[in-house]
Parts: sequence; structure tokens; C-alpha cells
Amino acid sequence: MKQKYLPLTATILIFLLSYALCVAQYPNMLSTRVIGNLLTDNAFLGIAAVGMTFVILSGGIDLSVGAVIAFTGVFLAVVLEQTSIHPLAAFALVLAITTLFGALMGAIIHHLEMPAFIVTLAGMFLARGMAFVLSIDSIPIKHPFYATLKSLYFKLPGGGRITLIGGLMLLVFAVGILVAHRTRFGTNVYALGGGTATAKLMGVPVAGTTIRIYALSGLLAGLSGIVFSLYTSAGYSLAAVGVELDAITAVVIGGTLLTGGSGFVAGTLVGIFIQGLIQTYITFDGTLSSWWTKILIGLLLFAFILLQKGIIRLSRPERQHA
Amino acid sequence: MTSTVRTYLGRLLPQLIALAIIITAISIIFPGFLNLQIQNGRLYGSLIDILNRGAPVVLLAIGMTVVIATKGIDLSVGAVMAICGAVSASLITSGHSLVETLLVTLAVGILCGVWNGILVAVLDIQPIIATLVLMVAGRGIAQLITEGAILTFIDPGLIFIGSGSFLGLPMPVVIWLIFGILVALVVRQTALGMLVEAVGVNREASTLSGVFTPVLLIAAYVLSGLCAAIAGIIAAADIKGADANNAGLWLELDAILAVVVGGTSLLGGRFSIAASVLGAVIIQAINTGILLSGFPPEFNLIIKAAIIVFILVLQSPRFRTAFTYVSMPRAAGKPTEREAK
Amino acid sequence: MQTNSDNILSAVRIEKGFPGTKALDKVDFHLRRGEVHALLGENGAGKSTLIKCLTGAYRRDGGSILLDGAEVDPRDTFDAQRLGIGTVYQEVNLLPNLTVAENLFLGRQPRRFGMVDTRTMNRKARELLAEYELDLDVTRDLASYSVAIQQVVAIARAVDLSGKVLILDEPTASLDAHEVAMLFRIVRRLKARGLGIIFITHFLEQVYEISDRITVLRNGQLVGTRETSDLNRRDLIAMMIGRELAAEIHSARTETAEGRMRYRFRNYGRRGRINPFDLDVRAGEVVGIAGLLGSGRTETAEVLFGAHRADSGSAEIDGQTVDLSSPRAAIRHKFGFCPEDRKTAGIVGDLSVRENIVLALQARRGWTRPLSRAEQNRLADQYIRALDIRTADREKPIKLLSGGNQQKAILARWLATEPEFLILDEPTRGIDVGAHAEIVRLIESLREKGLSLIVISSEIEELVAYSSRVVVLRDRSHVAELGGDRITAHQIVEAIAAANEREAS
Repeated sequence: MKQKYLPLTATILIFLLSYALCVAQYPNMLSTRVIGNLLTDNAFLGIAAVGMTFVILSGGIDLSVGAVIAFTGVFLAVVLEQTSIHPLAAFALVLAITTLFGALMGAIIHHLEMPAFIVTLAGMFLARGMAFVLSIDSIPIKHPFYATLKSLYFKLPGGGRITLIGGLMLLVFAVGILVAHRTRFGTNVYALGGGTATAKLMGVPVAGTTIRIYALSGLLAGLSGIVFSLYTSAGYSLAAVGVELDAITAVVIGGTLLTGGSGFVAGTLVGIFIQGLIQTYITFDGTLSSWWTKILIGLLLFAFILLQKGIIRLSRPERQHA
Repeated sequence: MTSTVRTYLGRLLPQLIALAIIITAISIIFPGFLNLQIQNGRLYGSLIDILNRGAPVVLLAIGMTVVIATKGIDLSVGAVMAICGAVSASLITSGHSLVETLLVTLAVGILCGVWNGILVAVLDIQPIIATLVLMVAGRGIAQLITEGAILTFIDPGLIFIGSGSFLGLPMPVVIWLIFGILVALVVRQTALGMLVEAVGVNREASTLSGVFTPVLLIAAYVLSGLCAAIAGIIAAADIKGADANNAGLWLELDAILAVVVGGTSLLGGRFSIAASVLGAVIIQAINTGILLSGFPPEFNLIIKAAIIVFILVLQSPRFRTAFTYVSMPRAAGKPTEREAK
Repeated sequence: MQTNSDNILSAVRIEKGFPGTKALDKVDFHLRRGEVHALLGENGAGKSTLIKCLTGAYRRDGGSILLDGAEVDPRDTFDAQRLGIGTVYQEVNLLPNLTVAENLFLGRQPRRFGMVDTRTMNRKARELLAEYELDLDVTRDLASYSVAIQQVVAIARAVDLSGKVLILDEPTASLDAHEVAMLFRIVRRLKARGLGIIFITHFLEQVYEISDRITVLRNGQLVGTRETSDLNRRDLIAMMIGRELAAEIHSARTETAEGRMRYRFRNYGRRGRINPFDLDVRAGEVVGIAGLLGSGRTETAEVLFGAHRADSGSAEIDGQTVDLSSPRAAIRHKFGFCPEDRKTAGIVGDLSVRENIVLALQARRGWTRPLSRAEQNRLADQYIRALDIRTADREKPIKLLSGGNQQKAILARWLATEPEFLILDEPTRGIDVGAHAEIVRLIESLREKGLSLIVISSEIEELVAYSSRVVVLRDRSHVAELGGDRITAHQIVEAIAAANEREAS
């Protein structure tokens, strides 16, 4: 097996193993219901994490994701409350806004040669600020179309349901995998992660690719915001705080190197599942407090970093000199 | 000596100008801004307020500067603040003396720094990931200590640290002033500063030149942890309680921003603690200014983002090149061609 | 002005200036179809500038470029590539994290229905590499292959993209003899296909082995273009440096050192890097280390200096067993080490020349005992003067200095610690001939002062010039030691060759 699949394999194995352990303790966890809920509850995070995967593969980072999700939710709530436009039109409008927002950050990162960390941090302030300006209250969304969308689901044997948003997340992952591995854009993303200067010399359109990567992340953050507003039926400017951190964690647990250039979109899905599994387990247990989630995820993150470190060290025993 | 003072001022000039502009702008919109009064032997006024409110970020920025100079970053400081706030609150409420409480809390901060430092220096993990671990887990640990609740305390000694005053200045200001000067002195009057910069620019070459790189790196993260511990104590003392959920939340980002506004490159190397402190004060001045200027508070973040982007754009390499284009050669790639002669 | 149809590429009266200097002064350069044309000159002569003008990395200030008789004006390297001019650099400019096939076809992957057709791409990649006698698993990451193979992949990509002119900028710098031979086979084959090939190198033997013509630049001006067969080595060096320095390097070797035995390494080594070896070094002696690339030369240096801790054997200084398990420990015993890879392991780029010079001394004193600024200035000025480091002032960031001056500054860093045992790994690699001679002289003067030196060099004649003994390495072992009269270029080459024959048999 090629060494680059090792982290992904390890992620999958850990997921299967921990799922098996959970089931051993609580046999009820082996049901399509649990799986369906896992998909639904993590749909918005998963969609945002796909965008984050592309950003991280290219060697960047996007801290604005959570704020953009909140902005999207508030925007939809305000628009649907105060105007009579159809939610679908509002969806299109907000996706256009978030995509443009991402593209703008990409353009600043590339053209002003500023670190992505700082630019997207400013973007986070800006998006959160826009959400505040729209409304500082939590606004419920009561549009009938929302109820329709929420009632759509695909019934699994065993009583589980794949809801619209859960299915949408799987679809986004499928498209993400295809884009990453079967398009020139995807290869260019990996190329940027391998080294911007070299990629440029090899003719990769660095400016265009960078802008598209952040635009994609903006688009998916917007989509994630729509999903989040469907999930919560509300828009609140203080919502989704720290989602970017969860997304980054999922990406790293999924076996993608934070330095860029190496990793898989599919791994991120498993990373999402692992995080979801921990939460589900704690819910099932009932006696554990919620902070154990954070500590466990932190430990898991640590374990994965060590694992990746070990793999890298094994593959290159010691640097070869002349 | 005068020339050193001049180069020092030259280094801080952009930050000083930015601060002057911001303060002037606020005082035009809000005329009472520059007023200072003395009540009960203590200074009051918006300017003092800025220095006081800014204390946690200033402290975090001091440690963050040194970490960033080593080509690192410390994302965990906000979480460490929460841990340390929780530790001090739980110790003081369980009957330990103030001195014990403070010492143990500082030790916990140092321990957090050692953990980060070992991950970075010994296990050779990328700083942003290494400190992400504690950032994610740290708040959980803090909640574990406070058991999810806000742990309040009534010890007057501990509260004094947050709201007392000394020589007319609020205690937090006194603390960061003294601590900042102390760190700056230690760093610049010894060879530490140069060695840190050398490690930040080229770790391998520095190690081969005999610099004790791992210890230096660990020391940088320990300093950062210590700063976070002090900031955590101040934040807890200020609200007379430890809030594991919100103490220091997102302050790591503010601290990083302060360092960047202070002109220290995220790529490591040259650093200035004074400039970072100014950067933190600038950020706090923006916050306070927006509040005072009568803008609806909803606009805070947007205005802050706009001002920060403006400052950063001024500092961006591309923008600087555009200005110095005439005097700078384009040959960034291989200057050897020219220099050899 | 000749622009006959034999020329695939003609550069006429190319001018390029940087503030304060004229990097290229009306330089003419003509490349024929099917020739290998060596472009030579000291660092700073204008080779890189000329290449950058040809490939559009720099905008030239004047002059014209004709490709296949038609005037071209490449905007950037990518544009030049499209026009037919491909470049391969010393540091392979490919992406290690992409597969071999992706590297070959980046930006032009075959597509079906808008998706990249990976299977077709891999098949094409295999076909393309077959022309270079390479049979690789093209779906593996490029990083899993050696530098030499990466180099060939880079050439394959450049030729496939460009197909008219191939520029090889120091392609052999990090290859061993076998790999160079493989590379040259490929170059000859491309030449036979009618490509014009520009070859830049520091290795004169390789110039004579592969090139048809030689163009020499000096100080931004064209010195001349000659047929390789008509130009002997001495004349070539004279063209490059403009003075008869060649004789200096071949100066009579001094007699065997008589200093007392100070350093004694027994069974010293580290598993996986260098097999245990014995080594004795006297005071006032230069021990040269010779061997092919990858024979364990740098590994020997690193283990001696503690950069990689020895896991066997013992080290003695003046009869006392010492611990040399880290650079700091070695430095305590007055060791110094100038590494081969100046950029990554030597200079601290953003810091000033002054700080770079005092770094090792300051590190040894510890952070609590800082050198005062006045003391730092004094040291820096002293060595800038003594070693003739050419820099505008001591506060200039060292990364802005030329390679030779950087090397001198790193030497100064160690001399400032007043070392007694100095390890120099390829001290003259990649620096111009003038600085080269100065460093050779410096090595000799340090030896005269009683220092013990270990010098690693791939330039055998240089080793002959200053070594009192030469240790020959092969396959990570010390296999021979030559002393006295046996130190001749011929004998060293024989020893290396003999070692390799044994390996072959």
C-alpha cells in the first residue's frame, strides 16, 4: 500500500474500532437511526469541512467559516421575514454573496501577499459583524417551504432516516472527492499545497486557483449556513461560533496534513463521523459531561498528529546528505 | 545611544502614528475622550480604560511575540487563560491562600507552555497543530475544573488584582507594564532576543551554530503560557469568577493580530515586544473608540475588521514594494548576481 | 551579426541593468540546433541573468531574442515554455506531493467529459518516460524517487512542453557519477533529436565531456564563444576569471604535517549513516576527505561534529575521552563546522552579517552573557576586513550577499570562536573562482596557525593542494588513507575507482 493512504486507513480503522467499542457497550448504537442522526446532526459541519479541506490542501486556512454560517442564517431569516421572495431565490442570493466574499478573501491573500490566517481572521470579524448589523436577535424562520424541506427524507431499513440535509452533505462530499481527484482544479489545489513558487513555475494559475479555493470555501460555508438554518429553523448572529475549529479538527483527524499538499476529502468525512460518534456516545452514556467531548477530541487530534509524524519519520528515516 | 533610541523609535513609528490617528479620530467624535480625572487617588478616563481593558490581550501579545519570532504560533493561549482562571478560582474557593493560589496558577500556565513547547521542539510538530490540541482540549479541561459552572469567589486579594489600583493606575495596567518591561529587558539586555530571532529565521543553521534550540523553543512557549496564566488571573479577578466557557475566548486571535499589527512577521525572525504591546493597545483603542463614538455596537466588528485590514494592507509586502519600487530592484530571486561585484 | 538558419536561438545585444549595476551589457548568444552549449562564468558574471532574460523571468532592457528565426518576447517562464524554451533547475522544480504522471501533465491533463482521464494520463506518462529509459510507477508520488530521477522527469516535462531549447541550470550539482552519466546519455539523445541545449555548471570536466561549444561571460559582458575542442582548460579559466589563477590552485603541496597528534577517533560511527571509522588528526594539519557523492562524506562530518550523535566508538582530545554528542558539546571542545548546504544549514538569512558572525560565539557564551554591541561590531569589522567579505556594511542581511561572501561570513562565524578543530564541508562549492582561491589560501593559513582541519571537497585537485592526508570514502565506509607523496589527483581517483571496482566484483 502506498504510504500516502496510511493516515486515511488509520482514520477509517479508528472509526470502525471505536464504533465497534461503542456498539459493544450500547448495542443500540448499531442502528440506521443513529447513523441517520449522525448525518443530520453533522450535515452543516461536514459541508463546511469539505471547503476547509480544499483550503488546507492548498496550504491555507479559512477562519471565517463559522461567521459566514451565522451570517447566512441571519440573512435568510431577515430576508424571509421582511420580504416575500421565495426561499430558493434567497438561497441563490446568499450563496452568491458568500462565494464573492470568499473570492475577495482569496484575492487579498494572493494579491496583497498576506497570510491566509490573518485575512480570514479579518473576514471572520467582518462576516460576524455583518450578521450583527442585520440583527442581534435570534429570528425564527417560519416559512412553509422550510417545513416542506425539513419533511423530505429517505427512509432506511430499521427506522433511520437520511434527511435532505444529511443527503446533501453526502452529495457535497461526493462532488468534493470528484473535484479533488478528477479535475485540473483539484490537481492545482494539491500543487499549491506542494509549493506555490514551484506551482507557479509549472504554469499553475496561482491567482485564479487561490481565489477559486476561497470562493469554494465561501460557497460551501454559505451552503452550510443554509443547512444550519434548516436544521435550527432560525437565524442567530451568535450561532456557529467555532465551527471553523471543528472543521479544521475534522480535516486533520481525517488525515490531511495542515501544511498542505497531502490528504483526502473522503478522510474529512470519516473525521466528521469520528467527532459525531464521540458526541453520540456521550449522549448515550448520559453521565459524562459535555466537556469530555472537547477533551477527547483534543486527545484524538494529538494521537493523529503523532501518527502522521510517525509515518513521515518512517518513510524518510533520516535526511540523505551527500 | 541616541542612534539606538532613534532606530527604536523608527521601528515603532507606524504603530505610534496609527495609534495617534485613532485617538485623534475618537477624540474628535467624542470630545471627552482625552479627559483624565483623579478620584480616590486613582486615575479615571477613557485612555486609562483602554489600557485596563486591553490588559489580557497585551499580556498574551507579549508571549505571542516571542513565540511568533521563533516561527511558531500559540493558538492555545485563550484556552490556557480559561484553565488558569478556573484553577485560581477553584483554589481560592477551596481555602488556599492567595500566594499559594497565584503560584500554583502560574505553575499551571508554565506547565501548559511546557506541553506546547515539547510538542513543537522535541516531537517536532508544526506549531499551529501542536497548540491546536490544547486549544481544543483546554476549554474542556477548564470546564472539568469548574464543573461547567461559573465559579465565583469573594477573596479580596484576588479581586484586587482585577480591580484594585496602585500608584493611581489600575492593577492590570501596572501588572502588564511591569511584566512587559521585565520581559523586554530580559530579552534585549541578554542575548536571548538575537538567539530567538536566529532560531526563527533558520532553526537548522542555529542548531549547528551551537544554539540550544529545543530549550529556547520551549522557553518561548513557557513564556506564552505564563503570560496566559497572568491574563487568566486578571480576567477571572475582573469578573470575580472563572467562566470556563468565555474566559479568553478568541483572545488568541486578538493577540496574534496585535503582534501582526505590531509589525512582527508571522514567518518569524525580527520582533519587537514594545510594538506588539502598541498593537494590542491599538486594537483595544479601536474597540473602546467604537463604543464611545456612539456607533451602534452592531458595527463594532465591521469597523474593527476594516481598520485592521487597512493597517495590514499598509504593511503588506506588495503594498510596500509599490511604494519603494523605484529604489528597490526587482531581482528578489537571486540578488547574488549583483552583489558579487 | 549572424542569424543563420543553423541557430535555433539567438539572443542579440541583450541588456539588463539593476540599480547601480549593469548585469548584462549587450551580450550576444547563439545556440545551434543539436548542440550542447556550455554557458560559463563566475558567480555574478551574468549567466543567471541571461537565462532569466531568455525565459522571461526578467524583462530585458534591450536587445532581441530570435527563436527559429522569428523574434519572440516571452512574458514569463510559462510563456517561454509555450514558445519552446524549457528550463530545468538545480533544485528540481516539480511538486514532490503529486504523482509522476501529474507532474508531467500538470495543466494539460487529458480530459474526458470534463474530468481528468487518469488512465490515459498515466499511460501517456509511461510512454513519455520510456523514451528516457525510465520505467517508473507513474502513479507514485514524485517524492518517492531519487533526485536524479526527479531531474529526468523534469527534463522530460520540459522537453515535452517546449521541444526546441532546453536550459539545464546546474543540473548535476547534487548527482553522483552514475547519475551524471545517465543524465548525459539523455542529453546526448536529445541533442541528436535536434534540440538546442544550454548547459550551466561549475564542473569543468563535465563541460569538456558533454559540450560542443562554450560561451563565457564576465562582469555582464560576453568574453567569447569557442568550440570546446579548441579551448584548453587553462585558457578557459583565463577567460572566466581574466587572470592566471589556475596556477595558484596547483601550487606545490606542503610536506606532511609534523604537529602533535591531538584528535583520535576510534571505531567512531552511526548506524545507517556512516560505518565505524578510525581517524587521527594532528595539530596544524589538513585531512582531506574524498569520495563520490553519497559515499558518507557529509555523514562523517556530521558525526564528528555531533550533528548526528555517534552510536559507536570513542573520541579523544589530547588523550582525554570527550563527549561530542551534540553540536553544543563539540563547540565546547572548540570544534567548528561549515556545512555543505549553506542556505539551509549555514546562513541565518534575515539576520545581519554582524549577527551571523557572532552567532556561534554568542551561543557558546550562553544567553546570559551577551556580547556588547561594541564587541559585536569589532568582531564583525575585524573579520569582514580579514576575510575580505564584500558587503556594503555589517548590518546588511546576509541573504543579500553572494555565495562566496556568505561562505566567508560563516567561516568568520567559526573563526570568531577561535576554534581548534574545523570541519569544512565543500567550502568552495558554488562560489566564484576568485573567492574560491581566497578560501583555499585561508585554509592553508589556518593550518599554518596550528588548527586541525577536516576538509571535504569534490574537487580533487583542491584536496591535493592543501591536504597532508586524504581519506577516501566509499559506500559509507572509510576505505583508504593516502599520505605524503601518494597524494596526487591520480592516486585519489585510483583509490576511489579501486574501491568501486571491489564493489563491482
